[in-house]
Amino acid sequence: MEQSEVMERVVKILTPWAKNPDALESVGMDTNILEDLKVNSARLVDVVIAFEDDFDIEIADEDVDTVNTVGDAVRLILSKKG
Amino acid sequence: MTPPQTRRVVVTGLGVVAPNANGVRDFELALRKGRSGIRSVEVMAEQGFGCRVGGVPQGVDELAESSFEEDELLTMNMSHRYASLASVEAWTDAGLERPAREDDRVDWDSGTILGTGIGGMDTIAAKVVPLTDAGKVRRLGSTAVEMVMASGVSARISGQLALGNQVTTNSSACSTGTEAITLGAERIQRGLAERMLCGGAEAASHYIWAGFDSMRVLCRDFNDEPEKASRPMSATAGGFVPGAGAGVLLLESLESAQARGARIRAELLGFAVNCGGHRGGGSMTAPNPEGVRRCVRAALDASGVDPAEIDAINGHLTATGADPSEVASWAAALERTPENLPPLVATKSLIGHTLGAAGAIESVASVLMVQEGFLHPSINCEDVHPEIADYGASIPHEGRDADLRLLIKAGFGFGDVNSCLVFRRWEG
Repeated sequence: MEQSEVMERVVKILTPWAKNPDALESVGMDTNILEDLKVNSARLVDVVIAFEDDFDIEIADEDVDTVNTVGDAVRLILSKKG
Repeated sequence: MTPPQTRRVVVTGLGVVAPNANGVRDFELALRKGRSGIRSVEVMAEQGFGCRVGGVPQGVDELAESSFEEDELLTMNMSHRYASLASVEAWTDAGLERPAREDDRVDWDSGTILGTGIGGMDTIAAKVVPLTDAGKVRRLGSTAVEMVMASGVSARISGQLALGNQVTTNSSACSTGTEAITLGAERIQRGLAERMLCGGAEAASHYIWAGFDSMRVLCRDFNDEPEKASRPMSATAGGFVPGAGAGVLLLESLESAQARGARIRAELLGFAVNCGGHRGGGSMTAPNPEGVRRCVRAALDASGVDPAEIDAINGHLTATGADPSEVASWAAALERTPENLPPLVATKSLIGHTLGAAGAIESVASVLMVQEGFLHPSINCEDVHPEIADYGASIPHEGRDADLRLLIKAGFGFGDVNSCLVFRRWEG
């Protein structure tokens, strides 16, 4: 799976939860999910469930703790997809 | 007890999601025409219910999608959607501006008491139980709690309208909607709030309705004729038709309404709540008639009106065996005879019994009737119950114009709880 495709799908999943639409316009691998996109931290579990469903993977709780940026999520998903 | 001198409370906004109409404008039309909102409910037939009809609001998801952002929709179950649509409508109907989400200002003088009888049963049944039983707790996500907690329905509205006064959810079974109005009004009377969004919401879910079906209190005899199934005061009534939706009144202090030049739809002149104490024929499931009569009299006393002044009654009237007793209680409390009982309407004949939303949706109907001067028909009771037959002339079978100055509305609920409201036409 191409990184660009994963990136596109990750951003699509994050979009409804992002309270800062301006940051979505210029989203990149270094965009911080909580600080830049202003996703409510309580909603991260919903984002992770959506990643699991969309990419047909399982993400352990300890892996979730390593995700801060959009790039972290993309790399984690790519590693799970092999 | 003599009530203390208090501030006057008026209704400046209405909102409704009902089985026969969404929005106040269409709801008024539906009331005038006697439009039924009762339809076949497929899942009730599939699951072997005795009753296979219900009052389910139509087109709600489309309305919600046009009114709320995607992240909000992801956190809103059915009762949240009903309540939110009705609340936003009541707020804007009152001429108030819906705040932008990025606007950080809070309205400390406005709150909400938005009740529910059952709560988030649809979410419990569809997500919490199956996922937990399957060992998939983590897949519940962050939204399960806020959709299941009873106060979720009022908390949701606070977020949508930046309400900073009291925000809570009451629950008193089928008295919930009317009780919420009394609680909010009391707060305004006491000077603790200027505006309170008050009412109730209940989801459409066969999981909510299953227990009532098992009790054999739902109508089973008109599954092939849904629009005839809700039959309050009829000789062939065989139980209530379950329904869903939300009704919301924007209550406001008269001072606030006049200061901002708001249109006043009606005055909430007085109100009362009580409980029959499960004595004198009362129980968990039946009202103590003395409790009902005392509640009505207390509402009249609080209003400072003579029973003879009441121009119309919007009853609780569900189409169960309790209807004759209720009519007798109205006559006794209002000191009337069969010859002079005021017009008596049952909004449930059109929408079914919307449980925790019932008193609220029916109060929206009551305010509209007082303001616009009409009575909606009580349908499906051409064959008036023999124990009510003496009062038959008081039941409007067709909608008609009516000069209504004072209308009394009551809600009664499991637990032997009662609530009663007196609305007065606003004459400036």
